[in-house]
Parts: sequence; C-alpha cells; structure tokens
Amino acid sequence: MFELRNVEKRYPGVHVLKGVDLEIAPGEIIGLVGENGAGKSTLMKIIYGAVQPDAGTVLIDGTPVHFRSPRDAMKMGIGMVYQEQSLIPNLSVMENIFLGFEQQFVDMGVIRWKKMARAAAVQLRKVKLDIDPATITSRLTFAQRQLVELAKVLALEERVEGHLVILLDEPTSVLSKDEIELLFGLVRELRRRASFIFVSHRLDEIIALSDRIYVLKDGTVVDVLAAREARVETIQKKMVGRDIALEYYRENRQVPYDAGKVLLELDHVVPAGRHHDVSLTLHAGEVLALVGVEGSGREGILRAIFGLKKPDRGTIRIRGEAMRAFSAAHSVARGVGYIPRERKIEGIAGGMSVYENMTLSQMGHYSRAGVLDIPAERALARDWIGRLSIKVPSEESDCGNLSGGNQQKVVLAKWRSGGSDIILLDHPTRGLDIGAKEDVYDMVRDMSADGVGVILVADTLEEAIGLSHTIAVIKDGEIGTWFTCQPGAKPSLYDLIHHMV
Amino acid sequence: MRRFMRRVATMTHGSMMDSIRKWVPFLVLLVLVLFFSAVNPHFLSLRNFARIAVSSSPALMVAVGATFVILMGSIDLSMEGTVAVCAVVFAMLLNRLGGSLAHVGWVAIPGALLAGGVLGAVNGLIHVRLRIPSFMASLSMGFVGVGLSLLMTGGNRILIDDPLFRSLLTVRVLNFPLMAYAALGGLVVAWFIQDNTTIGRNFYAVGGGEELARASGLNVGRVRVIGFVLAGIFFALGAILAVARLGIAETETGQGFMFLSITSVVVGGTGLAGGSGGVWNTLVGVLIVNVIGNGMVVVGLPDYLQDGVLGLLVISAVYLSMDRRSLSFAR
Repeated sequence: MFELRNVEKRYPGVHVLKGVDLEIAPGEIIGLVGENGAGKSTLMKIIYGAVQPDAGTVLIDGTPVHFRSPRDAMKMGIGMVYQEQSLIPNLSVMENIFLGFEQQFVDMGVIRWKKMARAAAVQLRKVKLDIDPATITSRLTFAQRQLVELAKVLALEERVEGHLVILLDEPTSVLSKDEIELLFGLVRELRRRASFIFVSHRLDEIIALSDRIYVLKDGTVVDVLAAREARVETIQKKMVGRDIALEYYRENRQVPYDAGKVLLELDHVVPAGRHHDVSLTLHAGEVLALVGVEGSGREGILRAIFGLKKPDRGTIRIRGEAMRAFSAAHSVARGVGYIPRERKIEGIAGGMSVYENMTLSQMGHYSRAGVLDIPAERALARDWIGRLSIKVPSEESDCGNLSGGNQQKVVLAKWRSGGSDIILLDHPTRGLDIGAKEDVYDMVRDMSADGVGVILVADTLEEAIGLSHTIAVIKDGEIGTWFTCQPGAKPSLYDLIHHMV
Repeated sequence: MRRFMRRVATMTHGSMMDSIRKWVPFLVLLVLVLFFSAVNPHFLSLRNFARIAVSSSPALMVAVGATFVILMGSIDLSMEGTVAVCAVVFAMLLNRLGGSLAHVGWVAIPGALLAGGVLGAVNGLIHVRLRIPSFMASLSMGFVGVGLSLLMTGGNRILIDDPLFRSLLTVRVLNFPLMAYAALGGLVVAWFIQDNTTIGRNFYAVGGGEELARASGLNVGRVRVIGFVLAGIFFALGAILAVARLGIAETETGQGFMFLSITSVVVGGTGLAGGSGGVWNTLVGVLIVNVIGNGMVVVGLPDYLQDGVLGLLVISAVYLSMDRRSLSFAR
C-alpha cells in the first residue's frame, strides 16, 4: 500500500498542492486527471522523488518514507515512465535498462556483457518486446522505446522487496491505436507485479484502464470516482468546475468571412520531405483549422508558409503574389506571423522586456538608420497591454516572468501590432489554464473581425471545431476531406476522427 | 545602463540570490579596492588610479568588442591577432603618411578601424557560412593575424614619436591621461549601440534565443557577422590605445589580450551563454582585473601570482553567473 497524506507544496507565489491524500492498493490502477496547472505534474514528481513536499507524509505499507531523489524512490520500488523519454539514445537497450545499476554485472572491475544481456532479456520478456538487448536505442520505434522504459522500471522488481508502483505519464500521446491496445493489455497483465498511476488527458482511456480516478483541480483532489461508474462528461465537469458551454469557443462571435478577399493560396505545394501536395485558400476573416493525427504533416505546411522550409514543389501565393525566396524574414515582411508551439523556444525571449519582445519582428518600424525609437516602442507596448489586457507590472517587465497566457498575448501582440494579417497558430492554447484559453479564443475572434486570416493547428479537436470556419482533415500529408463549420452546423468529433485515421 | 537599472527594478520578482548575484562584480571591485588600500595606503591615490586607467584603457576597448560577441552567445578569441595587425597597420600608415596625426596621418585611425572591421568580417563569415564553431574560427583567425603582423613588420618594432598621438598618454586632464577619456568615449558609443540600436537589440535576441530570433524574421547569420565586425572595430580601437601607451607597434602588442579580455567580460557578469550582461558589466570586469594586477604590484606580491589569482577569479565568476541546469558548451 502506497499512501500520500495531506501533502502540501508551494512555489513562490503559487500554492500548487493543498493537502492532497492519495492511496494505491497493490495491483490497483489509478487514473489521475486534471487541467493543465491543476498540480498533476508536481504530484507525480513528489511520488517519484524528484520534488520534496513542504508538509505531509509519504507512506509505504504504513511506514513514513523520505525520498531525496528519484533514485531513493526507485530503491523503494517507485518508478516513472517518462513522457519525454529518459532513455539515452546512443546506448544499447540493456545499458539503458540497467543504467546506474551496472554493479551487479561487474566481475573484478569488468562488465560481463553476456550476463547483462541475459538479465535484460528477462525484463524485455515481461513487456513482450522481442528485440536484441544489444540494439542501440535510437534504432527503436517510439512505441518500442516506451516499452523498454517500462521494462527498465520493471527491473526494479528483482531489487526491491514489496510491490512496485509505476507512474505512466501521458504514455499514449504518441502511440497509434494498436500500440495503445497493446500497452493497455500489458498494463492489465502486469498488475500482479505492480500498481500503476496513469496520467492522461484522454479521459476515455483513463476510464477504460483505471480502477479508480482521482480528479485534481487547483491543487486539491475534488473527487475520487470508481471508473466503472464514471463518464467523460462528469469528469470533465469536475475538472473544469463547470459546464463547457457553446460560449466557450465564442461561437456566438463567429461571423462569415470575406470570400472575395484571398490572403493566402497554396497551389499544389509539396512540403519538404513529403510526398503529397496540398492546396488551400485562406480568406480575410477566416479561421482555417488543419486537423490530423500527430505526424500527419500539419506542421510541415505551417513551416512552409512561414518560409522556414522551402517546399519541394508548388507555389505559395500571398495576396496573389508568388513567394520566391523562402526565409522567415521574407514571410514576416509580407505580413505572415507565426505563433509557435514551443513558446519558450520560439515565441518569447526570456530576459527581454515586454516591449522588446513586441517589436522584435518589426524593429524597422521603430528605428531610423538603425537607431531605435524607444519611447515609441514603449507607447506601442502600453497600447497593446491595454488592448489585450495583459497582466504585467509595466512594459519594462521581463517576459520570462509572465504566466503562459500573458506570454501568449505578448506573442500575439507582436504580430498584430506589426500589421500581420496572416497568422499561423500552432497549438496556441497548449499549457494554458482555462481562463487564458478563453482569452486566446476571444483574440481569435477579434482577429477575424479585423479581417485577419488564421491558420490553426489546435490543441484538441473540440477547439478546432469550435473556433474554425473551415476544417481541412489531413491524413498522411494529404488533405482528405473538407468541412465547413457554421455555428449550429458544426461537424462532430466522430465525423473528423473517422477521416483522420 | 537602462538594462542595468531595469534589473534593479525587477529585483523584487527574482529570488534574493539572483539579485545579489547581479551586484557581485561591483562588490568584488569595491572589496578589492578596500583591501589593497588597507594593505598599502599608496594604492588609494590619484596617481595610482591614473596608472590603473592607463592599463585599463586598451583592455576596455578589446573587452567591449568581445562583449558584443559573447552577448550573441558566440565567442571571439581572435583579439591577439587582430590587435597586432591593427596596431601594425596603424603605425605603418601613420609613419608612411608623414608621421603626424596633425596632417594626413590621421587617415591611419580609420585605416586601422577598417582593418579591424575586415578581419572581424572574415571571422564572422567563416563562422556563419562554413558553420564552424565561433571559438575555433576566431582562434584560428587570431593565429592568422599574428602571422600576418609578423609578415608586415618582419619581426621589427615600429616606433611612433608623433607628439600629438603620444599626447593620449602624456597630456593629463584632472590627473587622468587623455586615453582614459578616449576609452570612456568608446564605452559610451558601445553603450549607445547596445541599448539604442536595432543591432544591439538583435544581439540580445540572438543570444537569448536563436530560434526565437529566427522565427521573428531576423536574419541571424547577418546579425552574427555584424557582431564580429563590430568586435573587430573595437579591437582596433584597443590596438590604437595600446600603441599610444607604449609608442611602439609590433606583433607583441596583441599579446595577453585574449585571456585578459575574456576574463574581464566574464568577471564583469556577462553570461557566456549569451543574452545577459552588457558593456557596463565589462567596465567593472576590466577594472577588477586591472585593480588586481596593479594592487598585487603595489602590495609587493610577485607577478606570477597574478595569473593564478585571475584564473581562480574567472572560475568563481563563471560559477556564480551560469545557470548550470541548462549547461551547454559556449558556442
């Protein structure tokens, strides 16, 4: 029996976990759900020893334990299967499985590789992975690597007395349907060896796999449900704390776009490294969502439009004019703005102030002969801080210290203030809390009203359906189906998924 | 300075440790001055401070040049060769054109700056076009520069006795020689470039996040090349002041600048990872390095200890300034 009692955690300015209780019986599978920012990842980190709680106790079979590091936790039988995989790609599978625990195979200072290979093969059999333990990890598929990671955690079994507790952090997010089935079958079989904590944002999977479901909201466990009786809608309601209404995606503000004004045209464009061509037209005021599974080629299209990757064939026309040079600088000059998925890497320069971030893409407008007009920059920043109600102490503040939602607003202000009217949104709400998401949806509607064309790669299908005028379903790099999404006549999730896979 | 003030303003947001860290270089300088003054009161005199100013002036210009490159997250190690070439070009031009700044000889100044800029451009283009890590490209170019200066001088010293040029050292205003004011002027220009020009802002953007800079439509390669050109020009300013200090131009003129200038930048608090710090930090760093050098002589310690102390200082400065969670080798 593994237990958390009244666990508290604070970070400067945030109370992340407020007295969380949690218990896992041997062989039990527990689902852990919650919105971004609910405290899920901190809770996980406390369980596997990466973070120490400020108060409260962790008990194993009724005895309090203290983990100072994940290694401590591993010695007590608690292992983590990481979402971003923790295997070292240039080492072999067996070296990864026994990383840090090689001592058992050492004879007079020399590693006995055959002995290690035999031991690794035992672990791989547990997860039904039939590969040579000497394979270099980078050669494996993603799903295989995930199983190796699971095998690595299961290897604890032989070293630890008592039961294992294994955390699975979003294990299905990049797996295909068959692979998910395989994983779930495996987890169910492994329950005699271990209990599992399963974290996913796919509620149907949570319900299908777990015995009990912990719903986390704002750092507290708001409910523990028996999975047999749980329904997706009820869990959703508990996570959010209210119904997700039509107004959530601001559908009441959706107005028809200007079909007479074409902003962007892709004419049989083959993005770099792809085989199929893509044609689409974006009009003023239109929100066009690209929908497809991970790896279907949505990002490649965005990157081609933004000039980051020269397409292999085809023509991209911006306001009727064909693009000849491909670089971000050219696209920016023609009014294309890109709001990237990795906000911290490509969106915001931490360490630079709000106004410096906003004018970064348009310094030409705020300088004469290379000398900056800083008062004008600040005025612009103050203007947009007001317009988008960005919560910052001043335009001088360091962008790195802002919350995700406010950072996203700064990125949006950067492009909008520069007059960009073709905006590429790549997962614009990733990692934002509900309130910030709603702000982003409002901004999308504002842009439409101003005649801006938006190409959206959404975080969820619901978001794509709710926000867009038009949906292009992409499968294997090809646009298979088009949907029009008038309010009141929007396609259902089922309609889309049907064409995606 | 605005950047500096902003840091002070945002201090309440950062942790206590962070805010202390920003002041460490300045406090170190203060402690050093107090320490040497306590050991030997002669240290605390205008005469001695003027001496420190003379040794700091050329170093400041070279270090300021390096600061721009380090802000971009690259590194420039070509200063010894560039300074040698620029010093020799300057001296040869000056002597060839009549030997006095008062007449056409002044052309030697823009001539030297041009040489520095060209060397910097070659440096930057090798780094960007051939995609060679900047430390390797610039280190190699530094050796090329040393060789080139030897070729030009044939290993000889070039003497300069133009009284107008030597007035940089000999004429004093308020006890400090003119070259100290010239260096301060150069610093102010660098400060202006850093805080008030597009290119200065671009240095911070590229150093803070190259992907972001590219996704914002900046031509990152161009920014890098300009950074190296600018560095080369400031190296040339350093070369001119170094020649003014000794009245001699030779290959040796560049010697020692690499370690001293990189040390100064880092000790001043500009992060090797890029994106943080600036030329005012570098001023503090240059002063720290030169106060140590001068102070150890004044208190009578052997000079071979200096290098050791400076080495330890760099290690502690890097230890204090770098965020080791995101450690990667300086590009």
